[in-house]
Amino acid sequence: MAKDKIAKPEELADGINYTPPKKDWFDPKVEFVRGRYNYASTPSGLEYLGLPNPRKWQPDQEDWKLPKDWQKIVLKGFKERLAKFRSFKIFMDICVRCGACADKCHFFLGSGDPKNMPVLRAELLRSVYRNDFTAFGRVLGKLAGGRELTVDVLKEWFYYFYQCTECRRCSVFCPYGIDTAEITMMARELLSLIGCTIDWITTPLANCYRTGNHLGIQPHGFKDSIEFALDDLYDLTGLKIEAPINKKGAEILFIVPSADYFANPHYFGFLGYLALFHEIGLDYTFSTYASEGGNFGLFHSHDMAKRLNAKMYAEAKRLKVKWLLGGECGHMWRVVHQYMDTMNGPADFLEEPISPITGTKFENAKSTKMVHICEFTSDLIYHNKIKLDPNRNNHWRVTFHDSCNPARGMGLLEEPRYILRSVCNNFYEMPEDTIREKTFCCGSGAGLGTDENLEMRLRGGFPRANAVKYVHDKHDVNLLTCICAIDKATLPALMDYWVPGVEVGAIHELVGNALVMEGEKRDTDFRGNRFIGPPEAQPKEGKENV
Amino acid sequence: MIRLKERLAAHKSNILKKWFDLIVDTYPYDSSKYLKNVKNRFGNPVGSTISMEIEKLYDELLGDMDSGKIFTSLDSIIKIRSVQEFTASEAVAFVFMLKSAALEQLRGDLKEEGMLADWLAFESRIDKLALQAFDSYADSRERIFDIRVREIRRKAELVMMDRINMPRRAKE
Ligand code: SF4
Ligand code: SF4
Repeated sequence: MAKDKIAKPEELADGINYTPPKKDWFDPKVEFVRGRYNYASTPSGLEYLGLPNPRKWQPDQEDWKLPKDWQKIVLKGFKERLAKFRSFKIFMDICVRCGACADKCHFFLGSGDPKNMPVLRAELLRSVYRNDFTAFGRVLGKLAGGRELTVDVLKEWFYYFYQCTECRRCSVFCPYGIDTAEITMMARELLSLIGCTIDWITTPLANCYRTGNHLGIQPHGFKDSIEFALDDLYDLTGLKIEAPINKKGAEILFIVPSADYFANPHYFGFLGYLALFHEIGLDYTFSTYASEGGNFGLFHSHDMAKRLNAKMYAEAKRLKVKWLLGGECGHMWRVVHQYMDTMNGPADFLEEPISPITGTKFENAKSTKMVHICEFTSDLIYHNKIKLDPNRNNHWRVTFHDSCNPARGMGLLEEPRYILRSVCNNFYEMPEDTIREKTFCCGSGAGLGTDENLEMRLRGGFPRANAVKYVHDKHDVNLLTCICAIDKATLPALMDYWVPGVEVGAIHELVGNALVMEGEKRDTDFRGNRFIGPPEAQPKEGKENV
Repeated sequence: MIRLKERLAAHKSNILKKWFDLIVDTYPYDSSKYLKNVKNRFGNPVGSTISMEIEKLYDELLGDMDSGKIFTSLDSIIKIRSVQEFTASEAVAFVFMLKSAALEQLRGDLKEEGMLADWLAFESRIDKLALQAFDSYADSRERIFDIRVREIRRKAELVMMDRINMPRRAKE
């Protein structure tokens, strides 16, 4: 227990006052309590990436071993970014503090900590902006709402900007469209200039830069993983399936987040892709270098996101494919949809994507040449190109979590639902304010999904879990589906704590279960659960909604 | 306790409102005003959960003290407070706040004959609740550590683990 939490004798004698003292938000002092922050970057990761100030340190230590002229470095970086990114400058200037965003952040709603209100989170940076970059602030300082950049302010930045999942929910409600996620991105870039980053971002970055994926899986390891999955599929369906790797001249390059082929429950969705592509006879290939769709660079800096993203087009070129298809991933799609075209495009050497099975032209991907697997699959279903038996998912009572990036970042709202309604009989929506554009974040995105940060994640994930609990109580929902690798990795812990009895799964896991394949022999789903038969045997209930 | 129970039932909404306000005021001032708006159950899950569950607890205190129901309601609140910025005592203190909330409404009534005994009986019911709240807090904290261990284990069981040069994660 912290010393200042021990009651003084006079407090004990006088009865208890439970109301915390009113605190001036200007006071930057934060306490780094275990379970509520992420470990700092290891020197090796930073060295590998050529990033500044590699050293051994941790946030709860007094001395952060900052470079001598750290203030100058940060302020210079601040100034450069204000000039380079117009939106950043505008976001610093135009907030009218109307408060519309204040109670929209899941971290605020789960923690009750006012500095998690998006407006105050941004104010942490804005106060320094005012102090150093506005005429008013330079003269009036604190009176004009300015704050000097001290070590405590810097620590406060670190604490709260690594407590924002860059989910953009707040921006949906801001009348000026201020995107606090982008403010967080800028703050993290500034912190990174003096080596104040977190390990769960920089270690995967270093691995990704070296081998193409976050875990550092080398080509032979990648190949083994795919073969392992094919063996599993053989055991489950009796079918010998192939999955081409580095096949030159294939029509499509398929890129997935690496978790899909090594982590649970992502893996069952991966089996779903492989089964589907086999069934429709798709001419595609994996790449051993573009073996990661996820891009943790997005959580670090613009430059790093660009560096890692470059491999997608590079591999497409090397393998001479026509277009790209991408798996179920969140931030991969934020980068692809919002930045890839200008970062590393235009990819003129590729063709505009056309489904070889249905002939559908994916106009929306005209420029990036990359199609989302849910767009691809829903188009197959729409054109009746695959045979589905939704009864095979009757043991699941399903809800769908809109992951922030596909939903808010790229507007992919209908396709996953269309697929779900086609592959299972029991689908229930969570309440309106918690889905689609207004979806609540899992609380673990943007690099925050570590076990050391679990308590903070449980806070941030509570609004999401609260809505899941509602459909669990009301409709016995037992499967939370989503299309994001981070969600699949972190929602199980959230469910264990807040809504025990709900498992997490991929949309393409359910597609794979329902898919009737030619020559198959199977009586279980990908997890080994027995199919329980047609709806006659099931409790009768509507398919629809709350 | 019949007479006191009648009064407690008659003043239910005022007492609950006061109890709720006292609990929500344990959050920093700038936050509590938002948490008090419980019109939107999903937009303000902390405020709504507290408000819903303390009403159930109140009904149990005046009713059968069904231990299952009490546990569920306490647990819903404690689960939240045990991951927030509270010490163990701060996390469970909300139970005791009912005493001040009720006293504020019924101070006058307690001067009536026989009422003090009723009040003491009622207080001891609250104390029972508080003890259960401690159990629930301990449970929640244990659950957090279990989940953390499970999550670490899940990572360690990754497919093809030995082949893929798992990166060395930072240690404390
Ligand atoms: S909603 Fe927009 S303008 Fe209003 S306080 Fe939030 S960021 Fe500022
Ligand atoms: S982007 Fe998301 S996490 Fe960040 S302040 Fe806005 S709502 Fe909160």
